[in-house]
Amino acid sequence: MTDHGLEAHGLTKRFRGITALNGVDLAIPRGQILGLLGPNGAGKTTLIRVLATLLRPDSGTAHVAGYDVTRQPGQVRRRIALSGQHTSVDEELDGRANLVMIGQLLDLTRRDATRRADELLSRFGLTEAGSRRVATYSGGMRRRLDLAASLVGHPQVVFLDEPSVGLDPGKREELWQMIRDLSSDGVTILLTTQYLEEADTLADAVMVIDHGRVIASGTPAQLKQQVGGHTVNVRVNDPADADRAAAILTAVTDRTPARATRHQLAVPVSDDDDFFQIAAELRRQAVNVSELSLRLPSLDEAFHALTDAAADTPTPQRP
Amino acid sequence: MTTPTHSLNAQAGRPPRWLRHSLILARRSLAKTSRNPGAIVNGVVTPALFLVLFLYLFGRAVAGSTDDYVQYLFPGIIVMGASLAGLVSTGTNINIDLKNGVTDRFRSLPISRLAPLLGSVLADIARYLIGVAILFLLGTILGFRSHAGIATTLAAIGLAVLFGFCISWITVLIGVMVKNAEAVLAFSFLTFLPLQLGTSLATPTTSLPGWLQSWVHINPVTAVMDACRALLNGTPPGDRITTTLIWCAAIFLVFCPMAVWIYGRRE
Repeated sequence: MTDHGLEAHGLTKRFRGITALNGVDLAIPRGQILGLLGPNGAGKTTLIRVLATLLRPDSGTAHVAGYDVTRQPGQVRRRIALSGQHTSVDEELDGRANLVMIGQLLDLTRRDATRRADELLSRFGLTEAGSRRVATYSGGMRRRLDLAASLVGHPQVVFLDEPSVGLDPGKREELWQMIRDLSSDGVTILLTTQYLEEADTLADAVMVIDHGRVIASGTPAQLKQQVGGHTVNVRVNDPADADRAAAILTAVTDRTPARATRHQLAVPVSDDDDFFQIAAELRRQAVNVSELSLRLPSLDEAFHALTDAAADTPTPQRP
Repeated sequence: MTTPTHSLNAQAGRPPRWLRHSLILARRSLAKTSRNPGAIVNGVVTPALFLVLFLYLFGRAVAGSTDDYVQYLFPGIIVMGASLAGLVSTGTNINIDLKNGVTDRFRSLPISRLAPLLGSVLADIARYLIGVAILFLLGTILGFRSHAGIATTLAAIGLAVLFGFCISWITVLIGVMVKNAEAVLAFSFLTFLPLQLGTSLATPTTSLPGWLQSWVHINPVTAVMDACRALLNGTPPGDRITTTLIWCAAIFLVFCPMAVWIYGRRE
């Protein structure tokens, strides 16, 4: 057994000439959350399906909870759970029956399965709804039941494929807390998402994939740094000062600042000292500013910078 | 979490895991039926319609009286019901599961890949048995009397059910291969006429034209209908039971492994 909950080397998978995975490596220490980011069709779902033994990779190896996904799929399936956009619970059955059925399929006796189902229903606030058909559930309740269903067998590794799609912000927070709780119980989590905010708040590490390749990985902070430096934001009190401020920014950084509004200017800086020079120059020329700040790019900006850069390099693997 | 895996509780005295899982999944399918009994209605109404229709349309012409004709017709109707149970619902249900994501959950569980498919087929058989009971009631009202004892009657039903079970795997295979449930239904409708009606169902084969006779003789459904008719009417079955069993084994051994294999690898 390794220290990794999940580990993969050089995974590739092609569908009818389209390369869905093109040599993916990853490693997640036990109990950590990896956020997998990427545009639609980047290969996120394919990667999850390979790791969850639903797809066989064309080449490469992957270990889940220490077991090889192609050679020991049975062992892997005993230790994983899959939840999200492509899995679902049975709409026609009630919530409790769904959980009991999964418990029984995991070889619990009917009594143990029922006890486990009740435990999970209460943990996810579904005790009342347990005897109602899932078809009558709201989107949030369904997601919670889906997550509960994946936890019946105490999995060591959980795959969450876009878990919060379609949830309103309040429900999303609630789901995030449940995911954090899982992680603090020692469960390794691989989570795909298109919400950068989600990866930023939940993940210990983030991996960005595009065209089946890993184009960046690291902690959210590292990723932001990797895309480049900081941005200086200036907000002038009087729009008439905007041109003078712009001239200062250009003089210091050699770049033309972007103007978001008549008051706001922003320019990327490569040297930390630039910020202080800008501040000093603004003061010397008596430009009144209501805001002057230095910030890291948002994960959004990092993501777009990374995927745009990847799109510019040719990908000969795609026919 | 230190709980290592799912508890492997005492296996002694319990059926093997694949069968147990299949039965759990069959119960899932039946629980749905109890909320939506349409599936049973389907399996009963079509054969019942054919029974009543054929009986009063052809009864006099073929057998001289409807009382004699019901003895001939009814066993074939039972077989039609069994085959329909398999042809219509199993493949469709499996295809729907594949699309809505329930299947992904099943396939990520440590259960045999056979279990979800077998579970669905077993549920169909349970539904069919309810259907048979209703058909028997209807047949009795229309004048059918079994000339066999309970054991032989059960054997006849058993043979029809066995055939329905085996033929289900053809639609299961189609269900795991195609993209849309409609395609499964289209197959069922296309095959319904030649398979079910191109048989000895309505008239003894000797009265049929030569080209049709050769098809009817090849058609496995004829053998099953002949066997059930012989058993229920207490006439000698000849080679019909053996032929039925051989067909059942052949159909099952070809289609079941293929369906399970494709189900396991479906991307």
